[in-house]
Amino acid sequence: MNMLAETAVNLEFNPMAFVDNLKYMGIGMLVIFVIIGIIILATKLVSSIKSK
Amino acid sequence: MENFEILYKNLLEFSWQQGVMIAIGCLLVYLAIAKEMEPSLLLPMGFGAILVNIPFSDALVGPIQELYNAGIANELFPLLLFIGIGAMIDFGPLLTNPKLMLFGAAAQFGIFFTLCMASMFFPDFRDFFSIAIIGAADGPTSIAVANKLGSQYVGAITVAAYSYMALVPVIQPPVIKLLTTKKERLIRMPYEQKSVSKLTRILFPIIITIVVSAIIPQATALIGFLMFGNLIRECGVLNSLSDTAQNVLANLITIFLGISVAFNMTADKFLQVDTLLIMGLGLVAFIVDTAGGVLFAKFLNLFMKKKINPMIGAAGISAFPMSGRIVHKMALKEDPQNFLLMHSIGVNVSGQIASVIAGGIILNIAAKLMGG
Repeated sequence: MNMLAETAVNLEFNPMAFVDNLKYMGIGMLVIFVIIGIIILATKLVSSIKSK
Repeated sequence: MENFEILYKNLLEFSWQQGVMIAIGCLLVYLAIAKEMEPSLLLPMGFGAILVNIPFSDALVGPIQELYNAGIANELFPLLLFIGIGAMIDFGPLLTNPKLMLFGAAAQFGIFFTLCMASMFFPDFRDFFSIAIIGAADGPTSIAVANKLGSQYVGAITVAAYSYMALVPVIQPPVIKLLTTKKERLIRMPYEQKSVSKLTRILFPIIITIVVSAIIPQATALIGFLMFGNLIRECGVLNSLSDTAQNVLANLITIFLGISVAFNMTADKFLQVDTLLIMGLGLVAFIVDTAGGVLFAKFLNLFMKKKINPMIGAAGISAFPMSGRIVHKMALKEDPQNFLLMHSIGVNVSGQIASVIAGGIILNIAAKLMGG
């Protein structure tokens, strides 16, 4: 029981951290879309070369 | 009486926490066998949890610790498993319509949303970055990222990732229904059968590896091993190796991976309030992933003449192939003539690629924070 109580005490709640880390959400999603976009273009290019 | 001490001495050493962990181990074994929930992983993990929670267990400080150090602490097992997974995946449906990959990207939103959510409770960025990766819906990626970041919650993260992957058929349908109208769920998407050349199939894993690794070097091992497995499959001259990777290698590594993850499932590490919180955040990640994919499809429909059935967006999470099948089944339930399987599987395999990219991005950001 002590172990659970101890960890519960160690937990802290910092709502501002959500806002502080929103930048990682923006960067992460942007980078994923850019990389996927490049892969789509490269794949289409390979497919079109082959079909020609 | 002293002669009988051997019968009860170790029993007296049991703590209630170890009893709870053994019960959790038994529950995982039950879910694996009776409910067939990810049995290949939950069963070894469950049995491993029993082994490591016996007082003075020689399995913990011994074979399980050795397996953990040999295969998980250095991320070797998840990477080897990726060769097998890569060899299993047919990218054909995705290559006939590469635009489907956008849904895989959108469905990673849950990872970054959970990152922000977890940061409110866990001050150490290595922990909240690792917890966020549960949203990759991809066990090997979760294990590899959490280990690489040195999170203290690897055990809880792994259990959460695999448990929710098994629960995808329960989690996704209500979220999809909540976010779509009946009319949207009835949208038909005829599948145009196009042949994909062998050259395209061979070049695809190579292109992906080069593009992803060049931009995010931290993802090279993850994406490289996945695509290496796929290249073995598609090259056409290594059928025997492909077969071995898909079956023998994947099965063997799954056994070792499952049982050695239990190294982190000792009562002192696992039985904490934090674990419950991580399980809750994992659920949030899966829900937001699903919502991200569906809402992205609805957003695209605003601009498209040929409407997309937004349900396929939900298949962008990496839980392959369950998620793709769920969307297909839901579409058939609404309209027995609406076959979305090829589209949803295409989106689903793109989720596999996107989740690995997301893992790499997390590692990249973390490396910068660590000054690396």
